[in-house]
Formats: sequence, structure tokens, C-alpha cells
Amino acid sequence: MLSYILKRLALTIPVAFGVSIVCFMLVHIAPGDPLTSVLPPDASAQLQSEMRKLYGFDRPLPVQYGLWVMKTLQGDLGVSIATGRPVASELGKALGNTLMLAVLATMIGFLFGCLFGFVAGYFRDSWIDRLASFVSIIGVSVPHYWLGMVLVIIFSVQLNWLPATGAGPGGSADWAWDWVHVRHLILPAMTMSVIPMGIIARTVRALVAEILSQEFVSGLRAKGLLDFGVFRHVVKNAAPTALAVMGLQLGYLLGGSILIETVFSWPGTGFLLGQAIFQRDLPLLQGTILVLAMFFVALNLIVDIVQSMLDPRVQRA
Amino acid sequence: MRRVFHTLTAMTVLSLASPVLAQGTLRIGMTASDIPLTTGQPDQGGEGQRFMGFTLYDALVAWDLTRSDKPSGLIPGLATGWSVDANDKTKWTFRIREGVKFHDGSTLTADAVVWNFDKLLKSDAPQFDQRQASQGRSRIPAVAAYRAVDPLTLEITTRAPDATLPYQLAWIGISSPAQWEKKGKNWQEVAKEPSGTGPWKLAGFTPRERAELVPNKDHWDKTRIPKLDKLILIPLPEPNARTAALRSGQVDWIEAPAPDAVPTLKSNGFQIVTNVYPHNWTWHFSSAEGSPWNDVRVRKAANLAVDREGLKELLGGLMVPAEGFMPPGHQWFGKPTFKLKRDLAEAKKLLAEAGYGPGKPFVTKILISPSGSGQMQPLPMNEFIQQNLADAGMKIDFEVVEWNTLINIWRAGAKHDSSRGATGMNYSYFIQDPFTGFIRHLQCNLQPPAGTNWGHYCDKEMEGLFDQIRTTFDAEAQNKVLEKVHEKYVNEALFLMVTHDVNARAMSGKVKGFVQAQNWFQNFSSISMAP
Repeated sequence: MLSYILKRLALTIPVAFGVSIVCFMLVHIAPGDPLTSVLPPDASAQLQSEMRKLYGFDRPLPVQYGLWVMKTLQGDLGVSIATGRPVASELGKALGNTLMLAVLATMIGFLFGCLFGFVAGYFRDSWIDRLASFVSIIGVSVPHYWLGMVLVIIFSVQLNWLPATGAGPGGSADWAWDWVHVRHLILPAMTMSVIPMGIIARTVRALVAEILSQEFVSGLRAKGLLDFGVFRHVVKNAAPTALAVMGLQLGYLLGGSILIETVFSWPGTGFLLGQAIFQRDLPLLQGTILVLAMFFVALNLIVDIVQSMLDPRVQRA
Repeated sequence: MRRVFHTLTAMTVLSLASPVLAQGTLRIGMTASDIPLTTGQPDQGGEGQRFMGFTLYDALVAWDLTRSDKPSGLIPGLATGWSVDANDKTKWTFRIREGVKFHDGSTLTADAVVWNFDKLLKSDAPQFDQRQASQGRSRIPAVAAYRAVDPLTLEITTRAPDATLPYQLAWIGISSPAQWEKKGKNWQEVAKEPSGTGPWKLAGFTPRERAELVPNKDHWDKTRIPKLDKLILIPLPEPNARTAALRSGQVDWIEAPAPDAVPTLKSNGFQIVTNVYPHNWTWHFSSAEGSPWNDVRVRKAANLAVDREGLKELLGGLMVPAEGFMPPGHQWFGKPTFKLKRDLAEAKKLLAEAGYGPGKPFVTKILISPSGSGQMQPLPMNEFIQQNLADAGMKIDFEVVEWNTLINIWRAGAKHDSSRGATGMNYSYFIQDPFTGFIRHLQCNLQPPAGTNWGHYCDKEMEGLFDQIRTTFDAEAQNKVLEKVHEKYVNEALFLMVTHDVNARAMSGKVKGFVQAQNWFQNFSSISMAP
């Protein structure tokens, strides 16, 4: 087990290196001037050149990359051009907010996804299956920013039950786990949960159907196990794959929530990334992408390890 | 009887107390994506200056934001008056207002103002701040030197005679040297607890989420002491999120509601407040060799082809049709003879005179952006104009580039490769002072990369007028010169003059006492909230 974990850990080093190159190059290939956010549009050429020098953008790209990697390895992600605040502190706050949102959304998505998937798979080709499949297909297909706007119109504007934007009356700095704040989390989390719900439901349905067709299930029934007992075995066999999908979904949600966080003005990594893109804030953009990518790598690692614990065949493979 | 007496007494006390009771909290949804820089020279453009500039800070020269019925003019701010030396027109004297206190309790002096100029212009000064300098330095290009003559007298020397200096100084918020010392000479720390002399004090802020401002009850101008207890600023860059926040009662006021949301907001009892202000939305023509716009007949034909009233209908009424480069009624409007109206017959005639027709169709390329600060609704608006010009026989091809890319092209100039052979650019302008309004667009020595004369225009007569603006120190006489400049802008159709934005904001019926000045900046001190 230990050697498996060490092997997986060693594999993350070249992945991290590759990620750092790709995110640095992508950010620099994109058109636009990184000084747009700090200079008035009619800033003189001299001022632009001074600023370019000050931020080190006058150096060759390989030198800029090398300096950035060196600093990053020392835990310094640099300073945001647009705000002058350290990227690490900007990112730290945003990550906390997104993590809260993503975990809740994943939980909702996993719970309902598994429920719909198991029910649909167990009662395959019945009307329950068709209903559950319909709901999961809607979940995968519907544009989530559109769904977010519709939920805002219904629950915030028309019914006035839930707030439309923000992370609480005093902002995320005053966050507390009470109703006044948690109600700000509900609409974005519901919107965000729809995609993982659909994907998990589709995966689990296929898994359950496949497991039910295997011989050991007939064996269990032959031994006299009731439906509940059989179901328990099916769940156990489907769990590793469902967990892997959930892990991947959590990774996606951590970085892929730009639209939802913008619609709900939720101060997370997606909102931060969106603003960094519009402002050409290269240090913030590079730092955010790198950290999110590494999060994804770490999540994959954790899921692989948990999977190998649940299913020893994974280790052997 | 005693109970009745007590009740009456309590009611009397309450009724007497009510005028001095708090007049509420106003929550504003800004279009900015972050809280603007708080240290004196805000970022985030005009909106940053509006909410975090002239709230926390005062400049030596201020804008009069008390009137909605006429364009704002300059008035004394932290300087009670100023004059230029009769023998040396580069030497200015500013008299500093006596007894003004910063929010931290320290006193404003001429030395404090000098310290603020060093903060922006002197790179080796201990208080030099690159972030503020990048915002403020380009606002005061005329300033060459400065010194405190005595605690209440400041002398500024300009590079050359420049009568636009007061307009330039109106950009510079004066922050407290004492607070910078107190915060360990660290601007990041000052940003958390800034100190200016403005009518509002920053009570706290969470980056990208909200800022809380409270009244400065000791402000030197008693008419500008805020009536509200609190002003909360919330960045809401997404227009639908802003509208939803207003409609769900999370904010009381939003900047720039989307035009298609306005009818619904109105029908739900929200106020839509608009006013003309110094903004214009134009096509900036190229004067580079080979540009078809070098022929005044072509420029006039395009201006005569635009259906401005139709465009107004498209925008739900949220625009002022252009009658010139400046908005109608502006003090520099003058009496241009060329009238901006839709006259297709005249447009076609002018085009024919310029040599265009079936044998030689007019075809050219214009750079536009899909969105951008001040750009209003650029895609449908440009498509509408494209159709208008097609009616006159002018075929326009668009090259659509992202807003920040357009800004870079604007800086690079029409002759630069990045302009991709385009002969015009759709750009919206802040036109509040002589430099931003006229000079920067067309002065010969401001051709890129030295400045933002994107089209490389250069005209002897215009240069003479620009020189006159800078050397006419009497405000009335200077206005006359500015009128002449504007007349030349319009009579020679130097731009495709289309429209002016109306600075729309939507607010709850509870917001009382707001006077929308014809200015990019606004006064929040007169506002109160109805219970």
C-alpha cells in the first residue's frame, strides 16, 4: 500500500511541472496587456514602459517563467497587479468560499445522483427509471448559469425567500454557520449540484445495471438474500466508481464555477478567476490556475488511494 | 393620568429626537468588480473616483456637484483660491484652506500637499507609491515643480503655460502623511484604514465584496456632511446580478441597469435616474494616409446617415442623440453650423461628390468591441449604424476585438499593425475637461505612442486653438476658445458623433435627496433613506 502511495506521489511531480508550464504559457499567449488594470487608458508610453519594467514584463518569457517557478516553490505566488494584494491571500480567502460551496454542491449532487442512479438502475426500464433518467439528463444538459438566473428570479425576486447575491450581509469575512449566512449558500449550491447530480446518476445507473447482470447477484438471490441484502451488495460494488466520479466532480466544481459564482457574486475562485481574466491580472491568473490544477491532481490522488483501499484490485492494476 | 403624561412626554421626546436620528443606510451595487483602491488615487476608472475618491478625499480643486440642470464647473476645494503669476505664466499660487483636518485628526498644510505630489511624482521619495502613481501621474502632466511657500501657500510650476492645471488637479485626492507614518509607512496598511479630508470615512472593507463608509461629521464644508449613517458599496459586475440584487432588496441602488431591465424595474416601482453627462460614444476616424475619412465630405455623409432617434428607440430611451462632440447644452458647445440629422439624400450627394458610387463603392473597416466600460451596447448599436450607413451606400465591415485589446490598439494608433488596417474605431470617451474632452484626441504631439491621438490627426488651425486653451487663463475667455474648438470638431465632422450615455442608475423609492449632477462623479451627502 505504501509503495503504491509513494509511486502515485512521485507521478504528481512531472504532472505539476507540466501544469505549471501550460498555465504560464496559456496566460501569456492570450491577447491583452497585463497593465490594463493598473493604468488609466490614456497613460503615456513612458509610464507604460516604466510599469512594464517594474512588474518584470520586459524580461524574456523563459526568465519570467523561471522566476515565477522559483518563487512559487518558496510558497510565494506573487502580488496581484490589479489589487496589489498578495495572490496567496486573495486565493486563500476565495478557496475557502469555493470549497464551502463545492463541498455542499457535491454532497447534494452525490446524494441525489446516487439516489436517482440506484433507483433507475435497480428498476431498469420501468417508469421510475425513465423519470430518474429524465431528471439526470436535464441536470447534465441544462446550462447552469441559466438555471441560476431562473432560480434567482423565482426564489429571490418573486418569492423573496432567498438572497440573490453575495456571501452574507457582512460579506464572507463575517461568515457564520447560521441561517442568515447559510441562506446565501443555498441557491448557488443547488445550481452547482445539478451537473454532478446528472453525471453521478448516469454513472451509477449504468453500474447498477451491469452489477445486477453479473452471476454473483444470481448467486446471492439463490442463497435466499432478500432485495435489501442484494441491494447492499450492489451498493458496495458500485461505491468505488461512484466515489471516483464524485472526486472528479469536486475537482471540476472547485475550478469550474466561474459562471455560477459570477451570477451569484459568490466570492470564490471562479469569481476571482473571472475577474483576473478580464483584468489580465497575470500573477493572479497564474497562481489561481496552478493552485486549482494542483487541487485537481491532489483530489485524483486521494480518490485513487481511497479507491485502492475499497477495492484491492486497483492496487494490483 | 400619570400614564398619559408619561406617554405624551415619551412621544414628545421621540418626535424632537427624530430629526437627529439616523437617516439610514444606503447600499449601492457598483459595476466595479472590486473595491477601488482606498489610498487616495482610486483605480477602477470613473466609478472608482466616484465612490472611493471624492467620498474619502478632497482635491485642491473640486467639481460643483450640487446642480443637475447644468454641466458641473470647478470650485474651490482644499484650495480656497488660485492665481497665476502675471509675469511668469508657469507659476501658480494656491491658497490652502485653513483648519482642515484629516480623518486621523492631523491638519492639512501646504507641506502635506507637497508630500502628496511626491507620493505620485518623486520615485525616490519614501512615500512614493507605484499603485497610486500609475493612476495619478498621468492626470497631472503639466506639473513640473512644487513647493510650500508657507503652511497655507503652495506654489506649482508647470512645464509650459497651461491654463488647464486646475482641471488636472481636480483628480488628485490629498491623503494624510500622519496616517502613513502611523501605519508604519506601509501603503497596504494605510489602505485598510485610510485617512483623507473627505465627507466620508472608511469604516472597513472586504476585498471584492463590500466597503462600509460612515460620515465625517467634522468635514470642513458643512453642506457636504452626509445625512446617511452609512454608505455600503458592493461590487456587482454582472448586470443581471445587480438587477436581481435590487429587486430582491439586497441593495437600494444599482449603477448602470441593463436597458432591457429598465421597463420591469419602472413597473415595479423603482426610480430610474438619468442625466446627460460628459460622455460620448463615437467612431474615431483615422487620418492616416489612404483613410477614406480624410475627405470631409465622406465624414459628413456618414454623420448625416446615422438615425440617432431610431438608435434611441433601440436603447429604450437611455441615450442622448449627439448634436455635437459635447452633449447638447454643454458650456463649450458653441454654435456649430453643421447639424447632425439624418439626411440620406444629402449624404448620398456628398458621397457622390467625393467620388463614390456604383463604380467605386465605399467600403471600409471599423474596429469595435463586444462590451466595455462606457461602451453601452456596442454590438447592436454598431450593427444599427452599419445598416444606416449601408442605406447611404457605405459598406462597413467590422473587426470585433475584446475591450482590453481595443484599448491597446487605441494606444498603439491607427498606423500600427494591431489596428489591422481599420480606418475607424468605436470608442467611448470621458470628456469632462479640456484635455480629456478635446486635446488628447487630436493634438499633433499626442500621436501614438506619445499619446492617444489614435487617428494621427494633425491640423495647424487646431494646434493654434489648443495652444490658446493652454494660454488663456481667464475662465470665461477660455470657454470661448473651447467653443471654437468644439465648433471645428462638429463643422469638420472629425468624428462620427452618435450619442451620449445618460449615466442611468436604478434605485428604490426609499432613496431621497439625490441630485444627479452632469458629471462622472456624484455627491452622496444630500441623500437620506425614507423609513
